[in-house]
Amino acid sequence: MTKLLEVNNLHTRFKVRNGYLHAVNGVSFSLDKGEMLGVVGESGCGKSVSMMSLIRLLPPAAQITEGEVFIDGEDITNASVSRVNAIRGSKVGMIFQDPMTSLNPFMKIGDQIIEGIVYHKKIARADALSQAAKYLKMVGISNAEHRLGEYPHQLSGGMRQRVMIAMALLNEPSLVIADEPTTALDVTIQAQIVELVKGLREKLNMSIIWITHDLSLLAGMVDRIMVMYGGYIVEEAVIDDIYKSPLHPYTIGLLKSIPSLKTEAGSRLPSIPGAPPNLFTPPTGCPFSPRCTYKVDRCQSEVPALAAVPGAGGDRPHRVACWVDMRGRGVEQ
Amino acid sequence: MNTHAQQKPLVVVENLVKHFPIKIGAFGTESAVVHAIDGVSFEIYQGETLGLVGESGCGKSTTGFALLQLHKATSGSVKFDGVDLSKLPAKDLRAMRKRVQIVFQDPYSTLNPRMTIGEALSEPMRVHKICPEKETQQRVAQLIRDVGLNPNVANRYPHEFSGGQRQRICIARALASNPEFIVCDEPISALDVSIQAQIINLLMDIQEKYNLTYLFIAHDLAVVRHISDRVAVMYLGKIMEIATKDELFGRPLHPYTKALLSAVPEADPDLERTRKRIILQGDVSNAIDPPAGCRFHPRCVYAAEICSQSIPELEDHGKGHRVACHRLAEIEKETA
Repeated sequence: MTKLLEVNNLHTRFKVRNGYLHAVNGVSFSLDKGEMLGVVGESGCGKSVSMMSLIRLLPPAAQITEGEVFIDGEDITNASVSRVNAIRGSKVGMIFQDPMTSLNPFMKIGDQIIEGIVYHKKIARADALSQAAKYLKMVGISNAEHRLGEYPHQLSGGMRQRVMIAMALLNEPSLVIADEPTTALDVTIQAQIVELVKGLREKLNMSIIWITHDLSLLAGMVDRIMVMYGGYIVEEAVIDDIYKSPLHPYTIGLLKSIPSLKTEAGSRLPSIPGAPPNLFTPPTGCPFSPRCTYKVDRCQSEVPALAAVPGAGGDRPHRVACWVDMRGRGVEQ
Repeated sequence: MNTHAQQKPLVVVENLVKHFPIKIGAFGTESAVVHAIDGVSFEIYQGETLGLVGESGCGKSTTGFALLQLHKATSGSVKFDGVDLSKLPAKDLRAMRKRVQIVFQDPYSTLNPRMTIGEALSEPMRVHKICPEKETQQRVAQLIRDVGLNPNVANRYPHEFSGGQRQRICIARALASNPEFIVCDEPISALDVSIQAQIINLLMDIQEKYNLTYLFIAHDLAVVRHISDRVAVMYLGKIMEIATKDELFGRPLHPYTKALLSAVPEADPDLERTRKRIILQGDVSNAIDPPAGCRFHPRCVYAAEICSQSIPELEDHGKGHRVACHRLAEIEKETA
């Protein structure tokens, strides 16, 4: 497998009134061509900011202070603004969380979809529209030619998300970043979108990064999962390793605390005590240490590095950032 | 809690209807009616949790609000402990309110930012004269302890707390008037994943401690299964299926319930690889112009002619398992 994306030691912070909010604190990972990676974590864990940092799609208050990002071997962090724009328009597609607010209500669906390719590829409007119709059909929108002339309010939430997906795919990107694309949707519509994306991925052979807070959702979808907490990657492994032999206390706690359709109902759920860290005053040492039941002295003073666990994981390393050896103490299912 | 036969229900909802008149069209010139709930009937027994599930817009929250008389129902009745709340004069209804409480979805917008936690908790006690004034502080401290916080938070303001802590405070406030029945309207949906389990456990603990009855409204089926004794599934203003938890999750009968259950993702890669999903086509129909007959028929793979012509009634299929579907017998035969 060849690498599509390589990220080394990425740091992103936000300038706030009296100092900095450290949202991403040294994130390193890579992604193969055609691979689907799930990024999971709670609100404020840095999952969206770190992935948006990859294409420098950040609000003005944010700064990438350190780190390198290579897409197809090209360094993005030091590329010019126009070069980054070109990459956004050709190699990377984005799908956002809220299809209700991500579409311009004053613009026809067709014009919104083709805005990107007309700008980046300089093709004629008519050709672009016929392309757009083709992609709308691909994402399962019937009567596509007619829909091109409609406005967003005429479509349901699920349909709008399909339009967003068509828009992301139109440039034939090699990487699609989907930021909680189904969070705003109902569960039956979520199932439709997940099936759609799985099918498209096979057909178009793209790499996908799927950001979510829902660990259950990823089990049937991605190849590999990165768990983030407090601006750090705390665990990364192929899906079977994450669900069957998780090695970070946070992942273990999270998996145990999610009620499923199979757990014994009516009992008390094993919950993680406390609340996620406040990034203005992050804990010293491991970000999870204030809530961790396995913590040792070292956890409160030094941040553990994300490192491959010897003997764990198959051909892909199982990486964990924890001072405690959790092997054999997790949720062996 | 399956011995309902000899039990008297605490809440009886009969044929509840809530329509919202709205203005549509570019200049609001046309009148229309949103059929939020259209003839909903169920009962809730003393000490049990009835889960109410469905997708957004199905009318589950409206049902909870109409039940508490926070919305005036268009028609139908809500009996609490034998008293019809919809016919109660305002003064008596106010007195009744101390017995029925609600926990809302969003703990950020439902606490007054200018009231300390102690003030927020003692207000309902004063209004309903729950205890002598000099015992109020003591009772506030007790409530705060009951929801797992330190009593010294009474002098602090809501902005100092995280989402999970605020939801604990909202639960304490609901408990302040000594209620018998609480409507939990998506109480964990706005919380972080790692906090949700804490709040589910807390709700179960205080239910035991105070012998509470819950109507638990949620869209997350796994959570509803965990906390409920019985579950009702709503679709576009109608109850499609209602049964005990074991029946509903073990033997779902309505095609919509089956599709809903099969859409729930499970944190188990082996299961997900082999699982056969029922993917529903299309979207939920519009509540302004709901389909004739069965509300679900435009998305139902089993729909026949009768489904678009007459509205199926909830019928008992044993063990209190009630389903509203014309074609149930045929579907059972087909899938057997």
